[in-house]
Amino acid sequence: MSIIHQEKLTGAGMWSKVIKRGRTLKMTDLEGGANVGMLLYNAYEKHERYNMPDTLKGQYIFNLKAPYCLHSDMGRLFASIVEESSGWHDTVCGASDAKAVQEKYGQGDYQELRNDFYRNAQECFLIELAKWGLGKRDLVPNINWFSKVVSDEAGKLSFVEGHSKAGDSVTLRFELDTLVVLNTCPHPFDPSTEYTPKPVALEIGEADTVQDDDPSLLVRSENQRAFHNTSVYNKLRF
Amino acid sequence: MLKESSLDPANAVYRQVVKAGDHWSHVIKKGQTFRILDLEGNQAADTLFYNAHDPVDRYSASDTIRCQQALYLTTGSMLMSTGGHALLEITADTCGRHDTIGGACSRESNTMRYAIDKEPMHACRDSFICGLHSHSDDLGKRDITCNINFFMNVPVTPEGGLSFEDGISAPGRYVEMVALMDVIALISNCPQLNNPCNAYNPTPVEAIIWD
Repeated sequence: MSIIHQEKLTGAGMWSKVIKRGRTLKMTDLEGGANVGMLLYNAYEKHERYNMPDTLKGQYIFNLKAPYCLHSDMGRLFASIVEESSGWHDTVCGASDAKAVQEKYGQGDYQELRNDFYRNAQECFLIELAKWGLGKRDLVPNINWFSKVVSDEAGKLSFVEGHSKAGDSVTLRFELDTLVVLNTCPHPFDPSTEYTPKPVALEIGEADTVQDDDPSLLVRSENQRAFHNTSVYNKLRF
Repeated sequence: MLKESSLDPANAVYRQVVKAGDHWSHVIKKGQTFRILDLEGNQAADTLFYNAHDPVDRYSASDTIRCQQALYLTTGSMLMSTGGHALLEITADTCGRHDTIGGACSRESNTMRYAIDKEPMHACRDSFICGLHSHSDDLGKRDITCNINFFMNVPVTPEGGLSFEDGISAPGRYVEMVALMDVIALISNCPQLNNPCNAYNPTPVEAIIWD
């Protein structure tokens, strides 16, 4: 896997780029306790987007981890989780909004705090989405990388503190050309009352070709069919 | 939480049976009560809600889960929008648990979930598209987000497992909610013939509205 680009995303930062199929994105939690909110769209047909229900029910999982995949709403795959070190990433709890951030952390205006002002995840998504012609209609349940939220039998959710350690990472291999939209605002259930968003490192590289014994393919027959649908799309489109 | 309603369907201002596989939509005015009645049991009513005056502001599964810090919907659950507004509140429920992470079937996802040759089958997201087009040509696929599955049981384990279980509903069970603003309700009465949870037998539901 050769690296073609790397950069650091500050805490409460935002980022959006198209990543070509066959490339990888590695995200590394630099200090521990990071949260990376992610939304995914087909780079060309942006109404095709990450679908939390298809990802979960297609693979009978509640937590994202390797070697599972990130499904689109069109029976295809945006990416496979080829490697990750924490074993649990959330995709049901969504993104903080302005009201939630103010209620939890208080007033955090630019006038007092300058660039340490309190950003919220929904606004960061909307700012980046607008640059690609997308908006509120395109907000769907997102992924929260590095954050662990468990459910009890009654469905009550609890945030697991200290889950992601400094150096923990996730590597995705893209199967479609994908618009990737990120922000590093705190997870909405992070119990800390101090606004301390954490930075992550991003590395983009070239992936090896997917082989027939790829763990993401073998883990579920649903994924084999989703890979098939993805390869038909790519074959006809490019 | 199980809670019965004191409302009598004989006094309702609107009643409509929604056959298996059909889509149905209607505006529910602020203050009206909306009941979905599971006529034969273990049917999933895939449902979306939109702010009737600003459909860009619509039901959001993740905001609903975030605001109540819980996965399942029942009496007391506030159904939240992407804009942070409470669209409806569930005020009665004789089923006890409703899903909002399982989403709706589509022809495309059926090829992934079941088999490539299931693609021609009738599917909920197609029904949602047809239902939205009956309100406005400007609404379409982009406006279909993660829905509620009333009467559907999708248990999650503390270890992170997820499964589709037999329904906990039965003939005559219902869920009832009060609209906190004017909303468009959109139901695809799921025609899913591949899922054992309704014994491969989609059945009708009834939509009932009181002033």
